[in-house]
Amino acid sequence: MKALRNYLNKVKPNFEEGGKLHAFRSVFDGFETFLFVPNDTAKAGGVNIHDAIDSKRIMSMVVIALMPAMLFGMYNIGYQNYLAAGTLASASFFELFAFGFLAVLPKILVSYIVGLGIEFAWAQWKGEEIQEGYLVSGIIIPLIIPIGCPLWMLALACAFSVIFCKEIFGGTGMNIFNPAIAARMFLFFAYPSKMTGDTVWVAQNSIFGLGNDLPDGFTAATPLGQIAQNINPDASIMDMVLGFIPGSIGETSLIAIAIGAAILLWTGIASWRTMLSVFVGGAVLAFIFQNTGSSMVWWHHFVMGGFAFGAVFMATDPVTSCRTATGQYIYGFLIGAMAIIIRVLNAGYPEGMMLAIFFGNMFAPTIDHFVVERNISNRLKRGGRK
Amino acid sequence: MANVIKLHKGLDITLEGKAEEKKIQLKSNGKFALVPDDFEGVTPKVVVKEGDHVKAGDALFVNKLYPEVKFASPVSGTVREVVRGERRKVLCVRVDADDTQAYVDFGKKDVSKLAGDQVINALLEAGIFGYINQLPYAVSTNPSVQPKAIFVSALRDKPLAADFEFEVKGQEQDFQTGLTALSKIAKTYLGVGVGSQLEGVKDVEVNVFDGKCPAGNVGVQVNHIDPVNKGEVVWTIGDPSVVLFIGRLFNTGKVDLRRTVALCGSEVKNPAYVDMLVGEELSTLLSNSYDAQKSVRIINGNVLTGCPTTKDGFLGAHTSEVTVIPEGNDADEMLGWILPRFKQFSVNRSYFSWLCGKKKYALDARVKGGERHMIMSGEYDKVLPMDIYGEYLIKAIIAGDIDRQEALGIYEVSPEDFALAEFVDSSKLELQRIVREGLNILRKENA
Repeated sequence: MKALRNYLNKVKPNFEEGGKLHAFRSVFDGFETFLFVPNDTAKAGGVNIHDAIDSKRIMSMVVIALMPAMLFGMYNIGYQNYLAAGTLASASFFELFAFGFLAVLPKILVSYIVGLGIEFAWAQWKGEEIQEGYLVSGIIIPLIIPIGCPLWMLALACAFSVIFCKEIFGGTGMNIFNPAIAARMFLFFAYPSKMTGDTVWVAQNSIFGLGNDLPDGFTAATPLGQIAQNINPDASIMDMVLGFIPGSIGETSLIAIAIGAAILLWTGIASWRTMLSVFVGGAVLAFIFQNTGSSMVWWHHFVMGGFAFGAVFMATDPVTSCRTATGQYIYGFLIGAMAIIIRVLNAGYPEGMMLAIFFGNMFAPTIDHFVVERNISNRLKRGGRK
Repeated sequence: MANVIKLHKGLDITLEGKAEEKKIQLKSNGKFALVPDDFEGVTPKVVVKEGDHVKAGDALFVNKLYPEVKFASPVSGTVREVVRGERRKVLCVRVDADDTQAYVDFGKKDVSKLAGDQVINALLEAGIFGYINQLPYAVSTNPSVQPKAIFVSALRDKPLAADFEFEVKGQEQDFQTGLTALSKIAKTYLGVGVGSQLEGVKDVEVNVFDGKCPAGNVGVQVNHIDPVNKGEVVWTIGDPSVVLFIGRLFNTGKVDLRRTVALCGSEVKNPAYVDMLVGEELSTLLSNSYDAQKSVRIINGNVLTGCPTTKDGFLGAHTSEVTVIPEGNDADEMLGWILPRFKQFSVNRSYFSWLCGKKKYALDARVKGGERHMIMSGEYDKVLPMDIYGEYLIKAIIAGDIDRQEALGIYEVSPEDFALAEFVDSSKLELQRIVREGLNILRKENA
């Protein structure tokens, strides 16, 4: 530890103004602050002590919360491939996971390399510190796309979302839309054939001898897709809860997402108000539709598709959701309700969560505006002036 | 029975090194200085020259805008130096004390027979009027505006704060006289903690504040009793020792700026109380009180709102604690983003403070993270027990939008109200500085 610190101190001058590696200052700075908590102390005119929490810790906690969903997603990718080939019985747990791991890893790597690469370059250009926000977006993006989405599309989407959805607004904390949602929207509207349909949900090719090459023309629809076409889903509700269904990589297992939700709620990083009210909003609308005879049992909505994943990991993004407590209830309810409305009433979009969160992001500042205005008008009334 | 106001928001940070309830005796080295910056918003005009002899109670400088507001010398002695900084800004006026103290005699007065303006004139004449602050702007007040009310907080609840209940013992008479004097000027409210011995004081309305820090902030108390609206002025005394100064003036006819200060903090060997005069040099107090080999931060005040100083600094006008904590600039802590860090305190449950109950922490002065844009929501609200949307107010100040600041209630806040928010802020924004700058700009615009 001491040796590492000494080494960093020794090479640090190279990265400072006038040093020969100054072009990599932001990268060095990023790694240094990752290895060591900065020794900078509080300036005069403010508090002299600080809470140990910082945005690195927060983002790391979210990444940890995403791990169960990611690991299960990897396993499920293997599971779906072997299931489709009919060789499930002869495959070990390790084989399934290893295949899924190899199938998903390139997507995570591409997402991080492209996204963080742009972040590093941007930070260097602006002379700022690297912001940690993309640590979370970079893992969420691969988890919300189908396994059949090509890497080059993913790279394009990551670049688009980082540049046009985050950096041009001023970086993490200033963006209007959730970068992961923006990346998925980009893919969804630019390359719909690789984001939806029957051919993208199951890995079709073997990797390094693991897995199976599936026949050309193999199709497998998600349960939501089947329902949109008025077909009864193949999978049982139990399979959907556990996550053994085709779908975007990280969204399938309700159990894995629940573990993540528990971590986020326990650490207080995600707003319980938002999370709860997304489910309440969804439940209310689904219940209404169930009783008007146009849809499935209300709670089945939660175990299919990306509803739970979106509610737990994406609607709760503190930057793009409502900031006021009252606003968070409204915001969450709106997202949950809108997701179900899109799912049920628009057969063209079997999954409504993405658009619902996107619209939620769009309305969040307006909702907050009205909450804050109420505080303002109360203040004016108190002063005896209308 | 006093009215009890329960506050649910806030945060008590338990630190190591709380002062024990015993007094250490200190022999003064005779060096004193009055620092104009201790009186927020005052542009000083020095009225003494080097070599002048002053008595305790003679003015050292006056408020340039309101020359009738004088600032009294805490001791009698010879003016040694007017220390100036950049652009001839007055940093402090130094006085070397005489061996025997001489006081200006302002005459004993029976406050119960005085009118409000007589009280104000007496305070002005004695040079202690400027110790009273005001809202809006959280600055030292002036006598040109009649206040709507006067608020005094006798509850010190910041980390390691000196207990006023301990200080006031034996001086209840002076405290009562001070409150009676204030009550002649305007309706006066006294905020105390639960179980306070001061609940029975007369001539003022007593409110008991039951809650965590910052329930003792006078601004928080104002917000819960009678909030400030645009165009209104209230006088605030967040430092209850000032009431003792006022009481002594009427009871003895002398300016006696003696106060009980807590020497505290995890680096202090024997944390205890000590009687000192405003402006006294800290070196005698601090010598041998901590390990001089270590890198420490000496704070004139408490850890949340105090200002870093040096061993040769002077006791601030409103300072009730001298805190010594580790500076931490040599900590080299690894992988803070993932390790459990049992020695660190956090309100976030990704750490383990929530498990540790009343464990005492020895926190250092590190910021422990890089400054970011505001990311998390609701952090400030949990520690700001006021009817104010803190995040929105801070954003309005950063954006320089004065109309919006007014609408969001900037007239009700002072920087210290945001101290805890600054402590818990994961984006590490300098909230107190932001609020102070916002208030200063607003004051200029409205002047």
